[in-house]
Amino acid sequence: MSSAKSLVAKPWVWSFLGAIVVWLATIIFTGGYGAGGMVTAALSLAVFTVIVGVGQMFVITLGPGNVDLSLPANIGLASAVAMKVMGGSDSMILVGLLAALACGAAIGAVNYLLIWALRIPPIIATLSASFIIQSIDISYGRGLQIKPPAGFADFANLQILGIPVLAILTVLFTVGAAIALQRMIYGRSVLAIGQNIRAAWLAGVNVGRIRFLTYTLSGALGGIDGALLAGYFRGANIDIGNEYLLASIAVVVIGGTSVAGGKANVPGVWGAALFLVLLLTMLNTFGVSAGVRLLLTGLIIVGVITAAGGQKAVR
Amino acid sequence: MTAASIDTTARNSAERGALARARLLRGLLPALSLALVLIAIAWLNPRAISYFGFSLMLNLAIPIALATIAQMFVIAGNELDLSIGTFVGFVGCVTATWLRDAPLVGVLILLGSIGVYALLGALIQLRNLPSIVVTLGMSFVWQGLAILVLPKPGGKAPDWLLSIMALKPPFVPFPIIAALLIGLIVHFGLMRTSYGVILRGSGGNPAALGRAGWSLVKTKIVLFSLAGLFGVLSGMALIGITTSADANIGNGYTLLAIAGVILGGGEFVGGRVSPIGAVIGALTLALAASPLLTFMHIPPDWQVAANGAILIIVLAARVLISRRER
Repeated sequence: MSSAKSLVAKPWVWSFLGAIVVWLATIIFTGGYGAGGMVTAALSLAVFTVIVGVGQMFVITLGPGNVDLSLPANIGLASAVAMKVMGGSDSMILVGLLAALACGAAIGAVNYLLIWALRIPPIIATLSASFIIQSIDISYGRGLQIKPPAGFADFANLQILGIPVLAILTVLFTVGAAIALQRMIYGRSVLAIGQNIRAAWLAGVNVGRIRFLTYTLSGALGGIDGALLAGYFRGANIDIGNEYLLASIAVVVIGGTSVAGGKANVPGVWGAALFLVLLLTMLNTFGVSAGVRLLLTGLIIVGVITAAGGQKAVR
Repeated sequence: MTAASIDTTARNSAERGALARARLLRGLLPALSLALVLIAIAWLNPRAISYFGFSLMLNLAIPIALATIAQMFVIAGNELDLSIGTFVGFVGCVTATWLRDAPLVGVLILLGSIGVYALLGALIQLRNLPSIVVTLGMSFVWQGLAILVLPKPGGKAPDWLLSIMALKPPFVPFPIIAALLIGLIVHFGLMRTSYGVILRGSGGNPAALGRAGWSLVKTKIVLFSLAGLFGVLSGMALIGITTSADANIGNGYTLLAIAGVILGGGEFVGGRVSPIGAVIGALTLALAASPLLTFMHIPPDWQVAANGAILIIVLAARVLISRRER
């Protein structure tokens, strides 16, 4: 009984519950048809949101005002870089992935450089950076139909018994992220900075280094996400990352991470990502128009935030 | 009085002088950056500096300036509106359809949308919600509504709106007069009235303001309603220029508006904003993004980057000045 109570108290339970409710509503509507396929599709799409969501989670946990707005531009550029480096040949897949990772990490490092050198709020730093990245992407990837190598596209779409391989790998990655957050010096330092940056500094946390690492991590995850997206959708384009600005922030907040910083939750990111993807699937299944779908998505996000919010910031 | 104390007084006044100079320089920074962009344009293409040239180059500056003012009100209360762009697009779609075909319904819809902004302000304050997430969600709502109002690009602006935006006053181009009017009116309201001080105070020190007996819910509602009002004006002005609408027409304005406020000397926290600076910031972005690049023969690919680069350069200059302020 007490274990059930402590389970309900965990913030991430609600996001999974939401995902299950939406899934049930859809299969009741279809009369049970496509229930399994829906889970498979949801898992493969949620992966991309989870990867950037984890990066965004670490950034947001650093405290009020910390958010990475450059993720969409980053994903767009990294997808183009990966596809160009791979050049359609299977032997270059690993090199291409590393190039996307390096491209993303470099963007993250530049973000922190701007924050540190100009002493400006991260929102403005990542915003200015995203303007410039967007232009680089437009100029770099223009007029080219960039397709992934067949091997890479197949890998991104590979399934074992209905479970996407990428989803399995991402689960392993998120387990690693959860351990890093709760059990390693890096994660504890991020939490400490988010709770009180001055106290963390006085306690000997190297605040600058941790913040640098966090923005670089977020950038690197954006980069790898871009490469994987281009593989999954069999092609890179500039707008490929656009929806991940809202999605990355929304999954962090819906998943039970505090926007005021200092409190993070990795499982919640998965629950919230599945919830968002299944929500879209449900609205598509109901056959609503694009306008209604956007309207309902927005209203549900605002509604969930309103229901989940209300906790006072510590300071 | 001992020699030592005279020495400190002298040093203090010298320091104060340096501080005042740094503050002045910081206050002038937005105007300086605009002047710099204008000089660059004049040097590259002297013919652009004319009545006709300015009318053309600053054509889209009015809606950008209005959207920037809307964002400024939200930032003054320590919040951020990531939905202003799609809101401007929604207003544009209503303007090009309902406001022309059934003016009364159109006006009611627009007033209602300002009401939604007021509600959002109340919701964010009462439930202590992160405005970034709420407004990101709302950006989907406005976009969805815009598509429902106008599924395909089209519609037509009301004739009275078209004639207002096509005004050709003598000597000074219309966009410049409009920008001056917007800046001065908002400056008076926010910087020179006693309730304006309270509004800015709600961003500067909300706890103190609350203890002094002012309602923080009310200040947030007023700030968000003003943002909604200026968002409506921005959408109408935009349609008055483009004559027809599209559900995605305002999407770029969210980031432009934030950039404009910051360029104009606004700070993210603490209620430190400047209406005139914000208008100047919007003009700088409007000029630098397209006319300047065109004259420099830089392909339009780099337009967005120009906005980012200007933002970074101005912020870097501000850091240099602030360092002296200390």
